[in-house]
Amino acid sequence: MCLCSCSPSRMEFPSGYGSHLPSYSVPSGHYSQVPSKAAASHLDNQYRASYYPTYYSAPAQNVMTPSVGTNVLNTQESQQLYNKTPAHTVGSAEGPIQGAISSASYLHTSAQQSYSAFGNHYSTSVSSSVASQGFPLNSDHYTMPMVSSAMYPNVSYPPVAAGRVYGQAFTSQTLPAVGQFKETNTFSSQSTSVPHSLQQHVPVGYNTTLTTISSAQSIQDSLCRNLTGSVAKVNNQINRGMQYGGYVNNQASSAPAPLSSSSDDEEEDEEDEEAGCFVPYFHPLKPFFPLRLNTRSMTSSPVPAPSVPQTSKASKPFGYGYPTLQPGYQNAAPPAPVQPNNPGHHPGFQHYPQQYPGVNQLSSSLGGLSLQHSQQPESLRPVNLTQDRNILPVSSVPAPVPNLNSDLRKLNCSPDSFRCTLTNIPQTQALLNKAKLPLGLLLHPFRDLTQLPVITSSTIVRCRSCRTYINPFVSFIDQRRWKCNLCYRVNDVPEEFMYNPLTRSYGEPHKRPEVQNSTVEFIASSDYMLRPPQPAVYLFVLDVSHNAVEAGYLTIVCQSLLENLDKLPGDSRTRIGFITFDSTVQFYNLQEGLSQPQMLIVSDIDDIFLPTPDSLLVNLHESKELIKDLLNALPNMFTNTRETHSALGPALQAAFKLMSPTGGRISVFQTQLPSLGAGLLHSREDPNQRSSTKVVQHLGPATDFYKKLALDCSGQQTAVDLFLLSSQYSDLASLACMSKYSAGCIYYYPSFHRSHNPAQAEKLQKDLKRYLTRKIGFEAVMRIRCTKGLSIHTFHGNFFVRSTDLLSLANVNPDAGFAVQMSIEESLTDTSLVCFQTALLYTSSKGERRIRVHTLCLPVVSSLADVYAGADVQAVVCLLANMAVDRSVSSSLSDARDALVNAVVDSLAAYMSTASNLQQSMLIAPNSLKLFPLYILALLKQKAFRTGTSTRLDDRVYAMCQMKSQPLVHLMKMIHPNLYRIDKLIDESTIHVNDRVVPQPPLQKLSAEKLTREGAFLMDCGSIFYIWIGKNCSNNFIKDVLGYPNYASVPQKMTQLPEVDALSSERTRSFISWLRDSRPLSPVLQVIKDENPAKTDFFQHLIEDRTEAAFSYYEFLLNIQQQICK
Amino acid sequence: MGTWSVLRVFFNIIAFDELKTDYKNPIDQCNTLNPTVEKVKKIKRVKIALKLVLPEYLIHAFFCVMFLCAAEWLTLGLNMPLLAYHIWRYMSRPVMSGPGLYDPTTIMNADILAYCQKEGWCKLAFYLLSFFYYLYG
Repeated sequence: MCLCSCSPSRMEFPSGYGSHLPSYSVPSGHYSQVPSKAAASHLDNQYRASYYPTYYSAPAQNVMTPSVGTNVLNTQESQQLYNKTPAHTVGSAEGPIQGAISSASYLHTSAQQSYSAFGNHYSTSVSSSVASQGFPLNSDHYTMPMVSSAMYPNVSYPPVAAGRVYGQAFTSQTLPAVGQFKETNTFSSQSTSVPHSLQQHVPVGYNTTLTTISSAQSIQDSLCRNLTGSVAKVNNQINRGMQYGGYVNNQASSAPAPLSSSSDDEEEDEEDEEAGCFVPYFHPLKPFFPLRLNTRSMTSSPVPAPSVPQTSKASKPFGYGYPTLQPGYQNAAPPAPVQPNNPGHHPGFQHYPQQYPGVNQLSSSLGGLSLQHSQQPESLRPVNLTQDRNILPVSSVPAPVPNLNSDLRKLNCSPDSFRCTLTNIPQTQALLNKAKLPLGLLLHPFRDLTQLPVITSSTIVRCRSCRTYINPFVSFIDQRRWKCNLCYRVNDVPEEFMYNPLTRSYGEPHKRPEVQNSTVEFIASSDYMLRPPQPAVYLFVLDVSHNAVEAGYLTIVCQSLLENLDKLPGDSRTRIGFITFDSTVQFYNLQEGLSQPQMLIVSDIDDIFLPTPDSLLVNLHESKELIKDLLNALPNMFTNTRETHSALGPALQAAFKLMSPTGGRISVFQTQLPSLGAGLLHSREDPNQRSSTKVVQHLGPATDFYKKLALDCSGQQTAVDLFLLSSQYSDLASLACMSKYSAGCIYYYPSFHRSHNPAQAEKLQKDLKRYLTRKIGFEAVMRIRCTKGLSIHTFHGNFFVRSTDLLSLANVNPDAGFAVQMSIEESLTDTSLVCFQTALLYTSSKGERRIRVHTLCLPVVSSLADVYAGADVQAVVCLLANMAVDRSVSSSLSDARDALVNAVVDSLAAYMSTASNLQQSMLIAPNSLKLFPLYILALLKQKAFRTGTSTRLDDRVYAMCQMKSQPLVHLMKMIHPNLYRIDKLIDESTIHVNDRVVPQPPLQKLSAEKLTREGAFLMDCGSIFYIWIGKNCSNNFIKDVLGYPNYASVPQKMTQLPEVDALSSERTRSFISWLRDSRPLSPVLQVIKDENPAKTDFFQHLIEDRTEAAFSYYEFLLNIQQQICK
Repeated sequence: MGTWSVLRVFFNIIAFDELKTDYKNPIDQCNTLNPTVEKVKKIKRVKIALKLVLPEYLIHAFFCVMFLCAAEWLTLGLNMPLLAYHIWRYMSRPVMSGPGLYDPTTIMNADILAYCQKEGWCKLAFYLLSFFYYLYG
């Protein structure tokens, strides 16, 4: 970025950087490492090197060479360097490429040499030799400015190739055919010219060579990294060791503010993008709008990044309170001798070059250290959204990997349980505001895990000041002390912690499981108990009014309960009880010793009381026979009831009274609007307003009865789960409050009927099975801690917020997800890593008090490009969905919709303004955000937010509830279902799971254009699978897979695939069961033909198509583009 | 009226501040479930403060009426914006059966907490100023 401004601004450097001078005088040891002559001659460069990190530091040295080029030459050359070198080093054997570009061999060798220099760098002072190689390497390019300028327009190609390979490596599938095809596709869509074709060879050659190299890393990146790393080395070394990549970077971004004019910056940005790899750069602080979704928090005016504190930090004495220290290192790496030339500057860092002599390893470990040359260029590759039509990945979208070094990456928390919207945390709130992306966490803390280290220890080691649990990212200062990674307090290591129970050795605190795993579970001592752990208590509150009996849900519930009675989580103390209600409330005395269950009816619903103090909640094991009797009798007990009223409120009050001594779980089954007693509701829905495009009312509760009840329940450690099985409007918006604030969960089965609607009946059955048998945690609290400087400001999910960072969860279940919005309160300039820790304290169903701790560690970046590179589009979309739900309740639905669109418009506009070389007429997104508009469009077409299409209020509210409480994986399936073509499942690209061959068909766009009449398609919406059969689908497929002779004979309501002994049937079934296995809830399958009424359900998920009320994807893009240009 | 209002707003601010700083209290966090005596007291104080909202609004409205009767047009004009704000605030309060303004389920959102706190400070300033204005004006 600097090259243009280099020569002119050089004059200003001494004055501008005078303040920095002291910082370099401190680590004087570095200077001695470099030959004094070099030090002298580079003195001028030092500043620039620190200033323009790594990449550009190389060309910056060119200025020193005798043949000083013009500015233009310089820039092109840098771009040349980074685009080309990797290609040649990899594909040097390829004849045509080498012929095309004459400098190939030279580059090749120089790169290689720099590796070697890199490798043995620490043994001697090679820096001078690196420098000398650096010069010819760069000056060589002066001979070919024409080529490089010709390449200017299509520099995005090499990353394309890299991306393909990268994607393949990631999913560990080999789909060469697809990859190649896409490649050519993109080429043809571009205008061609001679230099283009020249360039185009490169990626192809690339691709073929790369596929042979089974490296998880994108080769281009690693090469880039190596090369630049080695060149940067010289400069960095002069400064103070290259481990400071991130740190140097900080200075770089903030320091030049006064020097560089805005026009310079913009030109410079171009090259950043072109170069394929990204480089931090500084932007003049422009006025910005806050991300409009959270207006209040973000409206603060931009704060210029402070540069003074940084210099003072740099000159800080070594080893003292240095928060930049990457904590994990010290425990990850066994103690190694500290480099003499770096007197304690970061002892942890210095180990690395010695430990990893191999070039690849070295480069990858460096990747985490200096943030700007990691694998990210791929995620910053500009994607032209309006032209690039195939943006969906071949298989599911992977979570971006935080840009950390390999050791920390290995230790880091799984993205399934803990995800951040920005995997590169911006340094300041100003930078975050500029990026216009929300910062937040998506949590799935109680997820079912296959592997979980459980630690029993009498003392749980925690920070004394902030109470953080010890985790892999703390640093051990010595054997006896550790430094907290959240508040930086130095704590003592307790005596017991010195002993490692795993290895049975003493004196290795850094090898304890707590420090080796980012997800651990502690068995808590009595310090963590307020009262003895409660038993598992389950209370079922069942609606038995006429409506309920008519729908016939009782049979399913009782049947499921009977089947799963022994599988209910619990121990010998487990208790269970039943309440039924219509216009009165019925209790069941199940006391052991009775010959049959006794029904006690309380008809005084205005002042509800418990008919007997005990024996309503009974021990499951002692009274099992009575319970079974009751469950068998219940479905038939009310068959002739004429009672149409429903006294839900009083029944809930009774349930609360019953549960309050112990706490536990109340499961409420409701089939209609509560019409009697406290908490009665009136119909608020106007059916004519269902498809209104203007105002959607009544999204909030009508009464606070249910909320108050939930808060009371929450206080008594009782959660209320709601099953709403209704065919008419039942005011879910009000009823849902009982679960929302008591940390329960909500299930909704619209138009439920046991025989008329078998799909819903099956769904209820499956949901109940999961619901009854899944893990459960009682009397739980969850606390989220984060590094000093960050603060949590809003929570999403089902819970009650007890204190600013403490969530009270009466129950916690493995299907509950949470989202958290965060803000950056203090600038994070003095740290390179931030950590988030979730601690969930709960009582297991076996009566054990346990703490599950997840810790996530993320790097801090100072440039906008890095922030975009690390954006996790799925997490961003899920967080935005949560925010939009809040917005539509507190303000209005149209507000929320506007906010969603604005979120895309703002962030893309902000991105495009950083990369201003891109033509304004195109809609460009970084690769990391290329799915952003698509997902937002999908959100807008969700039941929760759509307008213009007839949507029942309850459906809408339920969709909103799901958005708030579902974990990310489930929510993404709901927002953007996966579509596969399944009639031609081939053996290629299969994976093997447990000796089964599972075909992996590629993802299809959610558009009707993909649905050919000859095909059969499977849509995976998370909780439901649709199989759509085309009219002209081959009879073979219908016969083999569906078991019917032809299309016409396939029945309307088909929910299962028969087991036919044919290859295609086997493949289809194995694929479907593989999809099912990947989630806890087994989804219902629905086969859809053209005339099926369920067809509309299927087609409403094709979100890329135009509907009468909403844009198609392409129109949506044009709309965004228009708004950006405005 | 002045003194009373000042007192109540002051109380309010303290309460919100306590709410906010609650978790920053570094010690005694070992057991988050443990409602220590202090915490219970704090919660009680917060509850009292929240209950004082309606009286405050009523007293303010009453004084406005008095100013109207006394034909104190300037004073009334000064107080009208606040009266309008109070009315708007109460109209747009969350759904609840009893009187009150603050919803326990959302009060912990940093946005709302910060807003309430800011509101408290602004009102404190206003009441203090008007207190002296009534005294000497």
